[in-house]
Amino acid sequence: MIRVSELRKSYGKHEVLKGIDAEIRKGEVVVIIGPSGSGKSTFLRCLNRLEEPSSGGVYFEGRMITGKQADLNATRQQMGMVFQHFNLFPHMSVLDNLTIGPRKIKKLSKDEAEAIAVDLLRKVGLEDKRDAFPGSLSGGQKQRIAIARALAMQPDVMLFDEPTSALDPEMVGEVLDVMKQLAMNGMTMAIVTHEMGFAREVGDRLLFMDGGVIVEEGVPKDVFLQPRHARTQEFLSKVL
Amino acid sequence: MHFDYSFLGEYWPTYLRGAWHTLQLSFFGVILGTLLGVGFALLRISRVRLLQFLAMAYIEVIRGTPFMVQILIIHFGLTEFGIDLPPFMSAVVALTINSAAYMAEVFRAGIEAIDKGQTEAARSLGMTRGMTMRLIVLPQAFRSMLPAIGNEFIVIIKDSSLVSVIGIAELMYSARTVQGITYQPMEPLIAAAAGYFILTFTVSKLLGALERRLGSR
Repeated sequence: MIRVSELRKSYGKHEVLKGIDAEIRKGEVVVIIGPSGSGKSTFLRCLNRLEEPSSGGVYFEGRMITGKQADLNATRQQMGMVFQHFNLFPHMSVLDNLTIGPRKIKKLSKDEAEAIAVDLLRKVGLEDKRDAFPGSLSGGQKQRIAIARALAMQPDVMLFDEPTSALDPEMVGEVLDVMKQLAMNGMTMAIVTHEMGFAREVGDRLLFMDGGVIVEEGVPKDVFLQPRHARTQEFLSKVL
Repeated sequence: MHFDYSFLGEYWPTYLRGAWHTLQLSFFGVILGTLLGVGFALLRISRVRLLQFLAMAYIEVIRGTPFMVQILIIHFGLTEFGIDLPPFMSAVVALTINSAAYMAEVFRAGIEAIDKGQTEAARSLGMTRGMTMRLIVLPQAFRSMLPAIGNEFIVIIKDSSLVSVIGIAELMYSARTVQGITYQPMEPLIAAAAGYFILTFTVSKLLGALERRLGSR
């Protein structure tokens, strides 16, 4: 579904991504872990070009989406993204947060968009919040709304950039549950996370990044039990 | 020392007419200045270097020269080039051009103060840059800019007094007229000052109410 080849990204002289090759297949949940500064968030943000890669290619469904002529806005509609800091639109009700994309971008009618939104709110367990404003929600609720907002565009793949890192500990579970549900329903997902338990339980494949490269990848359970690389061993011994 | 406001009995219609013209000038100045100001703010933050430069040059030149000089150039100076605007038109153009420069800075600051995450979230849904600005950034920026915008509105009302130099019978001009007739140096000006204050205070209160309504979320 998404293929990345020789992806590099530099800020000035500092090279953050040093040639990444990776693939995310349809229906697969790929979790990306690694120490902070390893480039994992930058890598994820390059997939929908919130960060502009310095070189290399990103292919979505076989189409190259790096380069000037790519129709970025069309591609982004098919790739949902969830951010660490939620980034809900604070001047809109929860319902409007969910319907603005479908209505303004996909030109759905108000009724169609609201039907999708209400259905999603039910799935994330926040039907009663449809008329609330983001400011009145807890962190966990905000993130579940943010997931629903991304899903309202009916994307083919979901990108999660540390979705639980800004949450109070007691709210992490409710967000992970929603993500787990999504994974079980066959959504293709790429997740940057520090939640090792979740990575192990839900991930089909794990990428361990350090220093701007993918150091190790494999089935999460195998990597956790028997990391092959010294750097992976060192990282896991600190976080587990 | 005693004050004599008996002239108001006879000349209050002059003041009223003057206030009405001030209101008209300010209204057009505010609306057009705001629109043009948004335009310059967007050029200022555009990705095209030349547009950025042009907007910045405009803002700096207009802010760096006296409004009085701008009025006189627009009304009298431009006749050299065959542009001979009626006084009211000149006044509106001058107010618009002047306030747009200040508004542009207000809007730029307001837009830049909105968290980048808002833009990222909107773009990640597939919104274009234009949609993101119109639907997500500007509505939020507007709310935080309201005090600064209100300030600029008040400045426009007060600055409109300067266009009396090109013979527009607004509030200040009315005061000068009455001064000339009554030979009273003080009271006609006090009456004009009171008129300006009523206008600016009303605007200030209205914007305060709007702010409270928008800020209640």
